Amino acid sequence: MIPPKFDYVKARTADEALAALAEHGDDAKLLAGGHSLIPLLKLRLSSPSVLVDIGEIADLSYISDGGTHVAIGATTTHRTVAKSELLRAQVPLLAHATGEVGDPQVRNRGTIGGSIAHGDPASDQPAVLVALDAVLVARSASGSQREIPAREFFRSFLETVLAPDEMLVEIRVPKVPTAGWSFQKFNRRAQDWAIVGVAAVVNGTSAGIGLVNMGGTPVRATATEQALAGGASPAEAAAHAADGTDPPSDLNADPDYRCHLARVLVARALLEAASR
Amino acid sequence: MQREVTISVNGSPRTDTVEPRLLLVHYLREQRRLTGTHIGCDTSNCGACTVLIDGLSAKSCTVLAVQTDGHEVSTIEGLAGSDGSYHPVQEGFRQCHGLQCGYCTPGMIMASVGILADNPSPSESEIRMGLEGNICRCTGYQKIVEAVQWAAAHPQPQPAGQGG
Amino acid sequence: MSMVGTRVIRKEDPNLITGRGLFTDDVSIMGTTIMAFVRSTEAHADIVSVDLTEALALPGVLTVITVDDLDAQDLPGAFMRTVLAKDRVRFVGEPIAVVVAEDRYIAADAVELVQVAYRPLPLVITPVEALADGAPLVQEALGTNVCFEVPWPQEQIDQVDQAFAAAPRQVSTTFHSQRVHPVPMEPSAILADWGPDKLTVWASTQMPHGLRNCLSSFLGVPQHQCRVIQPDVGGGFGAKVQQYPELFLAPILSKRLGRPVKYVQTRTECFAIMCSGRDQHHEIDVAFDNDGHILGLRSLIHADLGAYPDLPNSFGMPTLTNWMSSGCYKIPAIVAGYKCVLTNKTPQSAYRGAGRPEASFLAERIVDIVAGETGIDPAEVRLRNFIPTDEFPYKVPHAEVYYDSGNYPLSLQEALRLCDYENLKTERDRRNADPSEKLMGIGFSTWVEIAAFGPRGALEGFGHIGSYESAQVKIQPDGTAMIATGASPHGQGTHTTLAMIAADELHMSIDNITVRSGDTDTTPQGVGTMGSRTAAIAGEATKQASIKVFQNACKIAAHMLEANPDDLECVDGLFQVKGVPSKTIPWSQVGWAGLSPTLLPDDIPAGCLESTVFAEPTGFTYPAGAYVCVVGIDRDTGHVEVEKFYSVDDCGTVINPLLAEGQVQGGIIQGIAQALYEEMVWDSAGQPLTTTLMDYLAPAASDVPSIIDGRTNTPTPHNSLGAKGIGESGTIGSTPAVVNAVVNALAQYGVTNIAMPISPQRVWRILNQAQGA
Repeated sequence: MIPPKFDYVKARTADEALAALAEHGDDAKLLAGGHSLIPLLKLRLSSPSVLVDIGEIADLSYISDGGTHVAIGATTTHRTVAKSELLRAQVPLLAHATGEVGDPQVRNRGTIGGSIAHGDPASDQPAVLVALDAVLVARSASGSQREIPAREFFRSFLETVLAPDEMLVEIRVPKVPTAGWSFQKFNRRAQDWAIVGVAAVVNGTSAGIGLVNMGGTPVRATATEQALAGGASPAEAAAHAADGTDPPSDLNADPDYRCHLARVLVARALLEAASR
Repeated sequence: MQREVTISVNGSPRTDTVEPRLLLVHYLREQRRLTGTHIGCDTSNCGACTVLIDGLSAKSCTVLAVQTDGHEVSTIEGLAGSDGSYHPVQEGFRQCHGLQCGYCTPGMIMASVGILADNPSPSESEIRMGLEGNICRCTGYQKIVEAVQWAAAHPQPQPAGQGG
Repeated sequence: MSMVGTRVIRKEDPNLITGRGLFTDDVSIMGTTIMAFVRSTEAHADIVSVDLTEALALPGVLTVITVDDLDAQDLPGAFMRTVLAKDRVRFVGEPIAVVVAEDRYIAADAVELVQVAYRPLPLVITPVEALADGAPLVQEALGTNVCFEVPWPQEQIDQVDQAFAAAPRQVSTTFHSQRVHPVPMEPSAILADWGPDKLTVWASTQMPHGLRNCLSSFLGVPQHQCRVIQPDVGGGFGAKVQQYPELFLAPILSKRLGRPVKYVQTRTECFAIMCSGRDQHHEIDVAFDNDGHILGLRSLIHADLGAYPDLPNSFGMPTLTNWMSSGCYKIPAIVAGYKCVLTNKTPQSAYRGAGRPEASFLAERIVDIVAGETGIDPAEVRLRNFIPTDEFPYKVPHAEVYYDSGNYPLSLQEALRLCDYENLKTERDRRNADPSEKLMGIGFSTWVEIAAFGPRGALEGFGHIGSYESAQVKIQPDGTAMIATGASPHGQGTHTTLAMIAADELHMSIDNITVRSGDTDTTPQGVGTMGSRTAAIAGEATKQASIKVFQNACKIAAHMLEANPDDLECVDGLFQVKGVPSKTIPWSQVGWAGLSPTLLPDDIPAGCLESTVFAEPTGFTYPAGAYVCVVGIDRDTGHVEVEKFYSVDDCGTVINPLLAEGQVQGGIIQGIAQALYEEMVWDSAGQPLTTTLMDYLAPAASDVPSIIDGRTNTPTPHNSLGAKGIGESGTIGSTPAVVNAVVNALAQYGVTNIAMPISPQRVWRILNQAQGA
């Protein structure tokens, strides 16, 4: 399979990348690790006229201590996120879940920003960030920068609130060193996307629960979170895990099975989180 | 829309003119004539095209050649010593019958090199998870796992055996 | 010391582990062009128009053709099919036009520029649809969607009816061995170079001689000017036996363009057009008594062959299933028949096991059903029904099929010992009673298959699957040996296997022996590697040729030692009078003498150290075995995990245990994959939904268990090695063991049958229903 023709700009700084985006508008796509985009190009499901390569912008790849949060540069690879000592100590859910993305080769090249900006509800990290109430920092060609709560970032299937001339530059994840957490990924083969996944971070009766592949965007298990806050037992709360979701149907699972899996996996996640 | 790139493959840098859409695997196979890296799928699932980029395993069907401008790519052809000695993973595959048709083998070997670089003595389960992105249709994987275990137990290069 | 029976490391490996293997796409000739297909996006439609204009105008495009540009249009070896679609397409993916361009990037762009207009037609996707009254016809000229039929013979019907009438109990059921894809890691590939004096073709094929013969007659080029080279081949599994359009188009276009033409299939194309396997629907009645003795069997198969059967293989699959439908059980009355049905899907043909996995599934499932009905342990029901060890050769009641040899109780007892069955049962009962544990199930498969195709006269109707295999053993002047075989291995390790056999007979180091295969110019005519035939038949040919050469070598050495040939022995490559190591003649001197007339005895001609043998087996072989599968099932998600898998194979003499283990393990994992993971799916519009390795769930190392293997040895009388063959056993035996284990685990919920692949969703629905009820 062969990608269609496109032009290519290798950006050395974020500003260069943003300038290229501003120049080419909708016809341009950002390329970081390429592990979301290149497969689409090869299947000719996407045909941008220009690729703006941001994979080598040095100041977009970092993991730093931001006080109450950990700041992650958008082109930081999954491998780096998964192995980060800072994240393993402060946001173990994210480090752990990132270690289950794709396969080792994908994690070596794929980036957290690319995965988020692609907006695939079947990806692991979007649900994790939604669960953690992370903040996504976007910059535009005009130089303005805005902070978007992860919960408001995903608009619909493969669509985010990023404007065509905007670029995701940083992910800010609140530190939760003492919270219970769990990541449950259910699939048939290890390398596959989750049929359903659950990312949970729990502090007493306050829980953030993100669901993978339970709708057009990563969603929160709001009813479960509310039930927990209202004093329900984890088992009672987990029974509401699929409330209000609109899961997809595919060869692996119909919506009713996905709803069932969400309830099972949320129950397991709450149990595991309580043990951590 | 051609780009000039300088890519080092197995320690030999070379400057080439490429289309931006040229996949690294095609660059390696057709421009560098290194045909040990194979293509087994269209969707980054099979791992037959696995190489190392700056020492980390990667699927060269999912990387543009232009992305590796200025980087070091290692392929199966560069793994054996210049004296013909086999890399421990190569010898492990031979000793343990870790290959049958041999098509997935270069990718399996490069992915295994990547596993051992991160974890010199992996468990069976760690090896199996480490190879989750590589598909072999012949072996059923058992002897591939044994091959990686063999390599972990024999980390020194191995003199080349009698060839066929 | 004998090499046969020892764990010899492969001669094939050094190239393949260093990136120096040479697969078809690795072959490079100056000026090579790239061919690519325009394929149907419709499952059944009339082609209204094909517009090549834009594609032809693209710089770098050399030609674009449709079927109208071909002189000979009928695809050889296929049922009612043209090389490119003519007027109508009958499955999604069917080639309509072919592009040749300077490189594969331009070719891919050009394919996108060809405009095809279709007029969609009603279509059929399943045999049920295809056989319905007034169903749309895949081939209107045929007047029916049944393209081949073997009805129940009246005599057998009567016998079976009597058996059923007298039997205390009976059960009817249905099975579906779903469509699965062989997924060779290297898809189809060909490079054709038709020069002024010769056509040379490199192809990823399982049968280079068969392909050469076919190309020769189709293209009208004599065989001495038509050379097919089989370079390294990245797996075949039965899917590279067939004659595909690309194999004919690349040579034709090479001749027209005066340049080499290469085609390398993508994985997506491979799923769409390479033949896939199984897809048999079985309707079964079984009669038995209260002690679990099986008394009668009725079997009717609907084989879904897709749009264009491959001849003769597609029709052969259900034949083999019928032959083997009683498995290793003595069933006194059997009636078996089949219908081959056309549908608007990818052609169906051989896939590892080829008709026998469907048979073992049938036989092993019915034994378990009888066990379930009678409440007798499934291992015990098997022991009660096995063909007794003293009844070989055993003829099945419904066909001219004679099992050569077997000891089925021995294999099962060994498997029961290996898995510690009594403890397993205790563990299963404990877990299944404890809701906090995963459900556990134990499944058996005591299977038998038919291999080593085949004896003279039995399979001539199957065209190229003939009887013999060839080997030429040739001593070089320096006393080393070259072996050329007509077998065409592609991963089996046959070069090593044949070298081991020759080393024993030539009393020569295996390091001094090289085996070559896969080149029609330099190897004797062969049938090819398929049907678990190579060790048994090419092995026998190698052995007999080596014996002849060695006898002559002894005569030469005896002449040089001034001794009687009968008094000689050869120890570590040195000929000597028995027990007299003080005076020896090395193979190097014998080899030189063999081509130096002045050094030869008067009655020995130069060139005597060369022999070609075409070995013909005297009968089919019947490898068998006993497998035990242990599954754990997540009660909440329905996820099935194979926790343990024990295999006891009996393939007769094992030539190289290391390679035999590799064949068994790989085969078992493919069989497990059919049970749990893999299925080709089409939607109601005939669109394939599993065209990538993302959607088609071929498992990776992380998804499958290790196999604990054992062995028994019941040699075949049909070759002097005693080897039965091992290439397909694992795939044939393992699938029903997994399904039986899952059914065993779910038996407490009243489950007696479950469809494959056993997805977690499928299991959850069963558990969910059971809990609801």
